[in-house]
Amino acid sequence: MDRFTWSNGLLEMNETLVIQQRGVKLYDGEDKAKLDVGIALLSTHQLIWRDLKNNECCIAIPLSQIIYFEEQAAGIGKSAKIVIHLHSAPANKEPGPYQQSKFSYIKLSFKEHGQIEFYRRLTEELSQKRWESTPMSQPIPTATDSQTGRTRAVGIVGIERKIEERRKETDKNISEAFEDLSKLMVKAKEMVELSRSIANKIKDKQGDITEDETIRFKSYLLSMGIANPVTRETHGSGTHYHLQLAKQLGDMLLAPLEERGGMMVLTEVYCLVNRARGMELLSPEDLVNACKMFESLKLPLRLRIFDSGVMVVQLQSHSEEEMISSALDNVTDKGSLTAEEFAKMLGLSVLLSKERLLLAEKMGHLCRDDSVEGLRFYPNLFNSQA
Amino acid sequence: MHRRGVGAGAIAKKKLAEAKYKERGTVLAEDQIVQMSKQLETFKSNLEEFASKHKQEIRKSSQFRVQFQEMCATIGVDPLASGKGFWSEMLGVGDFYYELGVQIIEVCLALKHRNGGLITLDELHHRVLKGRGKFAQDVSQDDLVRAIKKLKAMGNGFGMIPVGSSYLVQSVPAELNMDHTVVLQLAEKKGYVSVSEIRESLKWERERACHVLEDLLKEGLAWLDSQASGEPQYWLPALFSELTSRDVTPEEANQMTP
Repeated sequence: MDRFTWSNGLLEMNETLVIQQRGVKLYDGEDKAKLDVGIALLSTHQLIWRDLKNNECCIAIPLSQIIYFEEQAAGIGKSAKIVIHLHSAPANKEPGPYQQSKFSYIKLSFKEHGQIEFYRRLTEELSQKRWESTPMSQPIPTATDSQTGRTRAVGIVGIERKIEERRKETDKNISEAFEDLSKLMVKAKEMVELSRSIANKIKDKQGDITEDETIRFKSYLLSMGIANPVTRETHGSGTHYHLQLAKQLGDMLLAPLEERGGMMVLTEVYCLVNRARGMELLSPEDLVNACKMFESLKLPLRLRIFDSGVMVVQLQSHSEEEMISSALDNVTDKGSLTAEEFAKMLGLSVLLSKERLLLAEKMGHLCRDDSVEGLRFYPNLFNSQA
Repeated sequence: MHRRGVGAGAIAKKKLAEAKYKERGTVLAEDQIVQMSKQLETFKSNLEEFASKHKQEIRKSSQFRVQFQEMCATIGVDPLASGKGFWSEMLGVGDFYYELGVQIIEVCLALKHRNGGLITLDELHHRVLKGRGKFAQDVSQDDLVRAIKKLKAMGNGFGMIPVGSSYLVQSVPAELNMDHTVVLQLAEKKGYVSVSEIRESLKWERERACHVLEDLLKEGLAWLDSQASGEPQYWLPALFSELTSRDVTPEEANQMTP
């Protein structure tokens, strides 16, 4: 931002206004500039910015100072931006809003859109370079390609030129990739439509589908990432793949479950399994769909969903009554317990201890005391002493 | 269980069905499944070709990933549904996002004792990047959001709450309704909020404001500062780092000290 100079914002005789855009906020490199939102004006010679509320606050920079610029796509809660890389300020530059800056680029943030057209016009002006043929009456210091200029080419300008070349190359690769991607997507869309047609036919019972064919169909959906339109199940659950996975998990999780008192939160399982795999990781849905098959495969594990929505994998041998009576015993022993205290006692996570206490409460063995100090459980004396 | 019948009677029945359908010009489902199988093979090889040329783009460019995801969504395809999907296997999209999911879970778990299970997207982004190390691929906030959306399948209350110009990421099954969300948004500017502020900005009755604040306290999402001058302040640790890590220039510092 130290390349800008204070300006009256008036155009010269030979200068024309090309485009202006409201709602532009300036950035000094990555930092927001100490200026409010304003209007960005592009002329044939300069880039001008004026504060919307305080019209006297107006700054400008000659277009010749621009090395190159690029778009920065909008993100969540972030406006689209144009990043403009600049030459160093010449020694005789007039004063401006910033004395110095550690950045050699600025950003224009388009809070009210308009970046596409602005970008297009900026591209035009910088390729036509109209300021060279119609110099302004006041000589604006520019980076000249004089003898000294050429030796600078090896230095900063040279590096910046290399960056631009690399960026152009990347851009080319990306646009080629996008083209190929679009063609691919057209084919993928055909598959989606075909699968919908098949699903409709299955629903309307047009044609006899064997169980084999149904399984095959589901695996096709899984491969393509298409949700099963008939059952609305997520993406072909119940396939051979999930069967295999369930068996693997049945083996792999026995020891960790024992270590953790017979129960693990599904997110914990997810991390454990994927960290162990290193590659060809499971998606969250893969894990859920595999766990759903534990029961039908008669494996000693179960997927369980608590009322709170928490999903856990628990050992079949882990009896519910045991959990509840242990909770009741511990609470009676200590008079009362919070989830945190219980967790410490058992060496379990707070989440799972809380679920146990809630379960015991649901069965009528415990009462709660809900206050700002936390949730505390007491033995249900109404029950035991009634 | 459906079984194609065998025997003369079944053959005749099938012929009749086929004739009927041919008459109406419709194709049988089982024929379409065969057709789909063939198309799938073709698609798979197209995807392989694409991957051999452009697999790098997915890894290197977050912009490309965004476009890719949006295109998939438009045609009704979820490339992240399964690790066994073509997209995942051949383009490696799956591993990228599933691993990110692991990292997100771990960061949230590590900080839960402090912020109750609520963290700003910025802080999450910052910490995930740190955890990945200098040589790992770049990860954008869009990448995080997509990974989080997938994590929802595992219960446990992963969610995103819009706040200010960004989001708060929730990683515990606390039930946060509109009232809670609106108070969180109000607290975003300063990192804390008071009962009178809520009443002034939102025009709520005292009871409603107190109830929401109590809920937040109970869930461990807010801390009570009863020693604040004036009335008690309810601070949100999830919003702390926004304030404490902001860079201050020497001029600003001079202006701030009274």
